[in-house]
Amino acid sequence: MAPARDRRTGFSRRRQYGVFAGYVLGVAGTMVALVLLLVSALNPQAFSGARMGAASVTAPLSSVVATLVDAVSSIPGNVAEHFRVKAENERLRRELTVMRRVVTRARAIHYDNRRLRRLLEIRDRGEQVVATARLVSSSPSSTRRYAVLDAGRWQGVLPGMPVRGPDGLVGRVTEAGPYVARVLLLGDPESIVPVRRTRDGLPAIVAGRGDGTVDVRSVNTTDVRFRPGDLFVTTGTGGLYAPNIPVARVERAGSDTVIARPVASADTLDFVTVERPFFPLPPPPISLPGSSAPAAQIPAQSPGSPPAQPSDQNPTP
Amino acid sequence: MNSLDYRPFAPVLPPSRARALPWLTVLAGSLLTLLPVLPPVPVLPPFGLLMLLAWRLLARFSLRPWAPAALGLVDDLLSGQPLGSAALLWSLCFFAIEAVEARLMVRTFWQDWAIAAVLIAAALSAGRLLASPWNAALALPVAAQVAVSVLLFPAASALVGWIDRRRNYA
Repeated sequence: MAPARDRRTGFSRRRQYGVFAGYVLGVAGTMVALVLLLVSALNPQAFSGARMGAASVTAPLSSVVATLVDAVSSIPGNVAEHFRVKAENERLRRELTVMRRVVTRARAIHYDNRRLRRLLEIRDRGEQVVATARLVSSSPSSTRRYAVLDAGRWQGVLPGMPVRGPDGLVGRVTEAGPYVARVLLLGDPESIVPVRRTRDGLPAIVAGRGDGTVDVRSVNTTDVRFRPGDLFVTTGTGGLYAPNIPVARVERAGSDTVIARPVASADTLDFVTVERPFFPLPPPPISLPGSSAPAAQIPAQSPGSPPAQPSDQNPTP
Repeated sequence: MNSLDYRPFAPVLPPSRARALPWLTVLAGSLLTLLPVLPPVPVLPPFGLLMLLAWRLLARFSLRPWAPAALGLVDDLLSGQPLGSAALLWSLCFFAIEAVEARLMVRTFWQDWAIAAVLIAAALSAGRLLASPWNAALALPVAAQVAVSVLLFPAASALVGWIDRRRNYA
């Protein structure tokens, strides 16, 4: 490439000043960016308004694209489904006879369970679904794992609410705009969820690694063996996530810290439900509409908080 | 077309639109993060940065020195990175190219590609350090992302060159 032809500005004062002002503005922009970066490092929620404003503009767009992609990509499946229906019907009939026996047994167990719980007077808080919406876009070029949800404050979605998919926990809401919200996914390097093992109630925490898997770390016990297939569910500790939502499944055996895979497969954009926090903290003393409120509404975020004490492990059946 | 109609130096686009085109293409690159995908690792190359580098290396005066800060700010709002990271890194990329240009007057495309590769790798690694904790297992995904982005730079350059010829503006 030849050297740029108008490198020199000539005798025109206007042009000289213009070029100089351009560089001054460039350096000033860099300084402003540095300050913004420092502010967002100290307070990650600082610019949620601006981000949500941008997402409010883009979310309808990606929602339309997602719907179109869904419609087109479902055509081959539907055609194949049509030819598979007969065989599937027979298989389902066979399954039904098996399942009927299982359901009868489960009904009996459920009845027992309800009666025993009433005896114990366990106060169960039912799952309270706030909104059901679709994840419309994500952060595919960033090392953070965020998704944009197609529902916001108008639908009752507030920062700090847990988000779950059909299979298990997806993440939690960190920022909410009028009709969009940002969801911190389980795989994000800064996501931490207190969990327990389904088999024996062993307390642990699930921390995102950023590469699609999560770390399962045992809490305050050493030399813990993890087996492949161990399922971890939420405990309800911290008051954010309701207990017994599946979170992650261990892939390889190990001790103390192992790699696991989130139960909710997070490689497809799907419908999710936003729920009320399990036991919300009392509202902050000063309820400013600004950035102080969301920060106070996320109780389980700080890594310093004790994740799961075995003493308050409620051995729910 | 007879010889009287042949006006090779007539601007094709009005100057305002010709100056807006680089901005619009970089913004379009940033908007590609809105694709409805939810990958478990960062797989999508930073298309905004690719377009920006291609414009800067192919058509030096297409973007003012303060353009990367403004464009990076928009990219930050969309990409999920902490606000200010792309604005800062893209501006630093511009200054780095400026420093190279002061020493390397005549460049070939291979040198452009090498400069872009170094800058893409630096920007993505710095963005990873700014956005995520140090101990996150992100070395491999980021390396893959750098490789894909570097390989896509010629395509971005071809697109930018095509647009630049079309807009026919100094």
